[in-house]
Amino acid sequence: MSEEQIKNLEAEFEARIARDEKIEPKDWMPEKYRKTHIRQISQHAHSEIVGMLPEGNWITRAPSLRRKVALLAKVQDEAGHGLYLYSACETLGISRDELYDQLHSGKAKYSSIFNYPTVTWADMGAIGWLVDGAAIINQVPLCNTSFGPYARAMVRVCKEESFHQRQGYEIMLKLCEGTPEQKELAQDALNRWWWPSLMMFGPTDAESTHTEQSMKWKLKRKTNDELRQQFIDQTVPQADILGLTIPDPDLKWNEDRKSYDFGEINWDEFWQVVKGHGPMNKERMKARVGAWERGEWVRDAAMAHAEKQQDKKDKQAV
Amino acid sequence: MILELNQQSAISNQQSRIIMSAKKNWPLWEVFVRSKNGLEHRHFGSLHAADAEMALENARDVYTRRNEGVSIWVVESKHITASNPEHNGELFEPAQDKVYRHPTFYDLPDDVKHM
Repeated sequence: MSEEQIKNLEAEFEARIARDEKIEPKDWMPEKYRKTHIRQISQHAHSEIVGMLPEGNWITRAPSLRRKVALLAKVQDEAGHGLYLYSACETLGISRDELYDQLHSGKAKYSSIFNYPTVTWADMGAIGWLVDGAAIINQVPLCNTSFGPYARAMVRVCKEESFHQRQGYEIMLKLCEGTPEQKELAQDALNRWWWPSLMMFGPTDAESTHTEQSMKWKLKRKTNDELRQQFIDQTVPQADILGLTIPDPDLKWNEDRKSYDFGEINWDEFWQVVKGHGPMNKERMKARVGAWERGEWVRDAAMAHAEKQQDKKDKQAV
Repeated sequence: MILELNQQSAISNQQSRIIMSAKKNWPLWEVFVRSKNGLEHRHFGSLHAADAEMALENARDVYTRRNEGVSIWVVESKHITASNPEHNGELFEPAQDKVYRHPTFYDLPDDVKHM
């Protein structure tokens, strides 16, 4: 194809997206669109899969059967979300094995929030409330994104996500209504998860490199800073109901903006964790790769069994 | 394939792709779910499984955790033949100028009822 022809195709492609038409896997698309989507959808899938680890850590120690079934169901949902997203990503012409390989070799990224440790039961509350709360704000606009399989996966994900946040908030609420020690656990968890949760929206708009292109392709509807502000404004009143204090001395209602002003985010910490130097980066990858390798003989056995059964069937047919 | 992961990541992407393709991976299946009797099966997504039985079981866990279905179909993706969007013109455009296939094409007086 000549450069001129490609230019025309690209212009027509951009116009389709501007008209809110969806792009489906077999449609022509610019290489950059394909690559950007593979990167974003796979990062999203990896985040769901690695996201199971910090919470899986607490399933056997959940304080009651009610909490245990809820946490199990939540972690199972995250596995499901990872699987919806991997299959959406595969429609762009990359195999599941390549995707896993990128995760396991460290080439692909996942959400940095999962590189923080879950040291007390209250962390299960804080993660559901804050981390899933932030994820919902990030994800809801994606239900309308331009790539059909991604949008459809996100509709399913968003439907399931709201139980995650509510179960987390309920854990916090119960701790806050409990003994002073229990309330202290809840406050401690909020102190540790607040700032990393704010970082989940990514760098400030001034630093964000992909925003403009992502807006055009409807991979983003609002900027990082707008989403972060939305999260803060809706979360502060929820903390008030719990009777907990947000660990930010600069947090203050701004009557003119009808929004909360907040303190400086520690971006050094953000970039350190992104680059692999967070408290749990190595541990998470070790757990993930270990699970994959220990499962290899099971996958192979299942495949061998399937082939044997098929052979048997073929022979009977003759 | 008996390769440790750290070895694998040391070799190039292309090489590792060749090694991976030498081993048989679980194939891809398309999942169709009937959400309730009276409705058709609808495409829900896809998943990997070693055989049809496992594909059904996985589909139940991945796509129907909240009573989304009463019946599941799975079919290996390679058995699906799909039309090519580049041929949409010759496939679908001929229908566009056949307005006489629609009831509104026919001129009838308003007095005619029940038609």
